[in-house]
Amino acid sequence: MNHWIIAPIVLPAIMAPILLMAARHDVVLARIFSIASSVALLGIALALTMMVSDGIIVTYALGNWIPPFGIVLVADRLSVLMLLLTAGLALAVLLFAIDGSDRQGRHFHALFQFQLMGINGAFLTGDFFNLFVFFEVLLIASYGLMVHGGGAARTRAGVQYVAINLVGSTLFLIAVGMIYSVAGTLNMADLAIRVPKIAAGDQALLQTGALLLLLVFCIKAALVPVHFWLPGTYANAPAPVAALFAIMTKVGAYCVIRLYILAFGADAGAASWLAAPWLLPAALVTLTLGMTGVLAARRLGQLASFAVIGSMGMLLVAIALFTPASLSAALYYLLHSTLAGAVLFLIADLVSRRRPGQDDALTVAPRFAQLSLLAGAFFIAAIAATGMPPLSGFIGKLLILDAARDSANPVLIWSLLLLTSLLAIIGFGRAGSTLFWKSTGEPGHFPAAPENNTLSLVAIGLLLAGSVGLTLFAGPLTAYLDATAEQVFATRQYIEAVLGNTVLEGGIL
Amino acid sequence: MEFLLSSAIGLLTAAGVYLILRARTYPVVLGLALLSYATNLFLFATGRLVLDRPPVILALANGYTDPLPQALVLTAIVISFGMTAVIVVMALRSYLENGSDHVDGETHSEDRS
Repeated sequence: MNHWIIAPIVLPAIMAPILLMAARHDVVLARIFSIASSVALLGIALALTMMVSDGIIVTYALGNWIPPFGIVLVADRLSVLMLLLTAGLALAVLLFAIDGSDRQGRHFHALFQFQLMGINGAFLTGDFFNLFVFFEVLLIASYGLMVHGGGAARTRAGVQYVAINLVGSTLFLIAVGMIYSVAGTLNMADLAIRVPKIAAGDQALLQTGALLLLLVFCIKAALVPVHFWLPGTYANAPAPVAALFAIMTKVGAYCVIRLYILAFGADAGAASWLAAPWLLPAALVTLTLGMTGVLAARRLGQLASFAVIGSMGMLLVAIALFTPASLSAALYYLLHSTLAGAVLFLIADLVSRRRPGQDDALTVAPRFAQLSLLAGAFFIAAIAATGMPPLSGFIGKLLILDAARDSANPVLIWSLLLLTSLLAIIGFGRAGSTLFWKSTGEPGHFPAAPENNTLSLVAIGLLLAGSVGLTLFAGPLTAYLDATAEQVFATRQYIEAVLGNTVLEGGIL
Repeated sequence: MEFLLSSAIGLLTAAGVYLILRARTYPVVLGLALLSYATNLFLFATGRLVLDRPPVILALANGYTDPLPQALVLTAIVISFGMTAVIVVMALRSYLENGSDHVDGETHSEDRS
């Protein structure tokens, strides 16, 4: 058994208590440990990518209990891709945070590691009660991170965020209970075998449970009509935390991809493609609402939040088509939108810090320090986020449009996608010209930035470079993502990897 | 027994949903707690209602009850207990910082309007 698979969960799980106990009073020590852990996570993710890149699925049975009786971790191309994205994003965000914002409150680094543990666990687990547990781990860490630094508006938004997620957790448990009561299993691969065999009388219970579970994942992915928590949370959270949260919405998207293709996909009998008729309309409305929000935003942080909602809509439109080509496009867009969303929050924070009194409000105000540098960064980020050529957003959108050509109603999808792109371009253009362009004409000057921001700028540069990298290596990357999508749709391979190849012939069950 | 359990779950859920829709944090916290109790009972019932049967292997047993939901309920109790503690602390902090326990932070003067 290969023990490297569990390393992305164990490493932060060990590092967080060390940070909590040993490095409690020493910020420098905490930063060193935290960065070292993130670099190690990136290394492990790269090694795992090498391991699964030839198409094998590696499983890890905890305590050597044989699945479906024990809990199992599964590393395939999709989950390892998500691990790699998480590790890369975490490193950039951490560089930004150690530039000062980690000092605004206590235990930032410990909570950060717990958050990574939860996210990595959610990507790796092959068991949906275990998925619930990792959701709770990542959520409870995110509650702490969300109110990091305190303040009236932040704690108020924090209470709302905790309340909505507790409701989400309750629904998750009810859904898991419903599915278990008819399928009698919590293992995703085992569920995939049993779903087609569920009696007609139990189908209603099974499908209600599965759709409740979809609702929970949609809360995480901020899909309309359960998106209300996102703008308040992201706009009020500290910038590095908001940037890290860009991956949290993707956890919801990942779970939709995993469960609704594996267990409720082509082979599910009466419950096949259960999610598709609900997901597509919701995603289209989300896309429209998010990009309209970009147009209506009054602050840069708000604009970034609505851009995230819009991008989640776009991502889930591609997922909801449920074809290998659309999934490949969705994965490309997922990588891109995580980086683009995160960098927007970081830029908004730097702008906000340089304009005391105005913060990140989209108002004309005097010049501030490093205006042209930040304007350049915002320009590149906006090109990526709105999907203009030549950056990765454009390629992602093109891939999604191409995949939507063969769908049931391509006209609707195409026109909405293109129309909302126009809205986003107008919104971003207006914000950028107000903040950076018109402000150059104003008399006076904001005081120079109080602290040195080199690391923050490096973090922003790294994320933007990621977007450029996605564009430059789009060819080999899309080939890899095509293979990833095909592996996700080859559910038989996943089931055999988890349960052994005798299962499908009716051997042990 | 089926009627007793299902009506208890239904009542707890209805009360919980009513309370989380209130505008003050204290009823919301109580509502979340009631919802988590309802969920625990519901999870317990997913293994079917069985009387006087052991969950683990016993030589003299005539049959078994499903042990898995019991393990799930234990996990769920621990997590919901922790989460309730977290939201109580957060709600208190929000009350102290905002001077109001309204979920949207409205102040007392706007209460009766």
